[in-house]
Amino acid sequence: MTPRTMAQKVWDAHVVTTAGDGADLIYIDLHLVHEASSSQAFDGLRTAGRRVRAPGLTLAVEDHNVPTHTLRITDPISVEQLETLRRNCAEHGIELFRHGDRAQGVVHVIAPELGVVHPGMTVVCGDSHTSTHGAFGALAFGIGTTDLEHVLATQTLALRRPRTMAVEFTGRAPAGVTAKDMMLALLAEVGANDAAGHVIEYRGDPVRELSMEARMTMCNLSVEAGARAGMIAPDDTTFAYLERAERAPTGTAWEDALAHWRAHTTDEGAVFDRTVRLDVSGLTPFVTWGTNPGQAVPLSEVVPEPDSFSSEPERDSARRALRYMDLRPGTPMRDIPIDMVFLGSCTNGRVEDLRAAADVLRGRKLAPGTEMLVVPGSMAVRAQAEAEGLHEVFTAAGASWRFSGCSMCLGMNADRVRGERRCASTSNRNYEGRQGPRARTHLVSPATAAATAVLGRLAAPADLEEPCSR
Amino acid sequence: MLPLTEHTGTAVPLARSDVDTDQIIPSDYCRRLTKTGFAPGLFAQWRQDEDFVLNQSRYAGATVLVAERNFGTGSSREPAVWALRDWGFAVVVAEGFGDIFERNALKNGLLTVRLPTAAVTEVRSAVEADPALLVTVDLVGLEVRLGERRWSFDVDGHARWLLLNGLDEIDLTLSHEDAIAAYERGRPHWLAPGTAGVR
Ligand code: SF4
Repeated sequence: MTPRTMAQKVWDAHVVTTAGDGADLIYIDLHLVHEASSSQAFDGLRTAGRRVRAPGLTLAVEDHNVPTHTLRITDPISVEQLETLRRNCAEHGIELFRHGDRAQGVVHVIAPELGVVHPGMTVVCGDSHTSTHGAFGALAFGIGTTDLEHVLATQTLALRRPRTMAVEFTGRAPAGVTAKDMMLALLAEVGANDAAGHVIEYRGDPVRELSMEARMTMCNLSVEAGARAGMIAPDDTTFAYLERAERAPTGTAWEDALAHWRAHTTDEGAVFDRTVRLDVSGLTPFVTWGTNPGQAVPLSEVVPEPDSFSSEPERDSARRALRYMDLRPGTPMRDIPIDMVFLGSCTNGRVEDLRAAADVLRGRKLAPGTEMLVVPGSMAVRAQAEAEGLHEVFTAAGASWRFSGCSMCLGMNADRVRGERRCASTSNRNYEGRQGPRARTHLVSPATAAATAVLGRLAAPADLEEPCSR
Repeated sequence: MLPLTEHTGTAVPLARSDVDTDQIIPSDYCRRLTKTGFAPGLFAQWRQDEDFVLNQSRYAGATVLVAERNFGTGSSREPAVWALRDWGFAVVVAEGFGDIFERNALKNGLLTVRLPTAAVTEVRSAVEADPALLVTVDLVGLEVRLGERRWSFDVDGHARWLLLNGLDEIDLTLSHEDAIAAYERGRPHWLAPGTAGVR
């Protein structure tokens, strides 16, 4: 048999039938639903008199619109969106995690936490960062509302087989360099849409050494390279994580699943359509300067000169970005003052991320005039952080400790960057207006976010130790 | 949906790369429960600049948007497509599209036409010089026409077939009911409905 990549194996195992004209009908193992992209799909279903085919494979959560400073929702549009989701879930027998529930949180944080994402699964959700779940070796991707209705009605999607791309990380990541930094470095290298149409598989020792949380950060950002999905082969780290999860299979089901999962890797000699290599040995913390996640540099560098880019679209894009960001070429990144710090989102809102930030903030205070929001990715993350006393570290430093939700990642709920303030954010998109109509976003890792909050300018933890020698 | 075979209209040039869906429609404007009414959100931030192309009267009524590379990158929000459609666009010509955006667009009959850089630049320059020029996109012959000029383009075969025939995709998929049910019976037992951990 021809050697196959992991992505091809998932594909082959999910073909229901050919759908014609180059498409396969693919079965969906898990459908995650949230309030912001689903109401029109349920309406469509109702109009056509159709039912949800597999409510047991569907899981819903309230995350995009919810406030994080209170468990009482008063915003009328949020109320309407959430009530609509509640009605739809009740009507179709779909399990829903409501705002305030013990297991509520950002959709891409709670599903893995529950243990419902397994190696080899197909997972979809009406949100592009569904790629997060590839950390388990699942094929997971975002879909729009029309596709969402199709999945609700048929539990399948007609799709063309994606191309595959290997990202081989080599070397050894220095201390303080996180999965976020590795990905920003990769995006700076390949650009914001280089992986379009591809499923990425992240490979190499630096990936094997990552925790599940860090792998989720990595796969989460795949979509920022334009990829449909990102995947990492499951290993003992994956199995150990799943074994602890509340809803993972148990008993003989666990044994059977485990045997199956162990074989879920790319075969020796399998060919990827593309391969990109990146040595992580020399990496340092990365930060974005522009308005797409590929516009990133090491924190130790300066705001780039638009003319230094090789193509006109890149130069044009850089000029626009600098105008929007109000930055001048040549300015050291470390001299950029920051008004707001956002720690959270499905990219970096897991307990490990909170720990990394708390380690930096312990015994320190936010710089005068700097605000910081700490939004746990889920209520379970919040509970765990509180059990470890992390919330006390954050509040003692002067940060605001919140309930869970998408919060300031997308400027849809009450949390947003006001006016033209500058925000260091652990989320995934620095697009114009993403965090608020004129907000200026710099993407960073949790540790960088925390150091930045202390100094009131972009900074890494190392900067706190040598205050005079930067 | 009605079958879609060809579209002809005037075009508006949008000389920007990497136009993300948060620009096409900021998330604040996505908070609707319907599939229509999104036009006010279309490029809401950029439209505050009175020189922005969509504010120029010479492009009023245009139905073809000519962008650059990587149009519609970013989020999965279908309102990006609904907003373009509500505004009156029927076609977007670009060097490339965000994956999810392109899929969403074709499902709503908004044609995404991918052309090489030189062709996109030529179309854009032509309509910049003469906003009255008519651009035709022929989905049967897979061809873009502008005056005497012709370019062929490619589009997802499955999506094209659905559009040409005006088919309801869910109906079509449900015609494979037997295959879906057979697949479901063969799923690994630890993934079977109700026992996958999802209750
Ligand atoms: S945290 Fe941000 S990226 Fe993640 S699901 Fe919410 S809005 Fe989407």
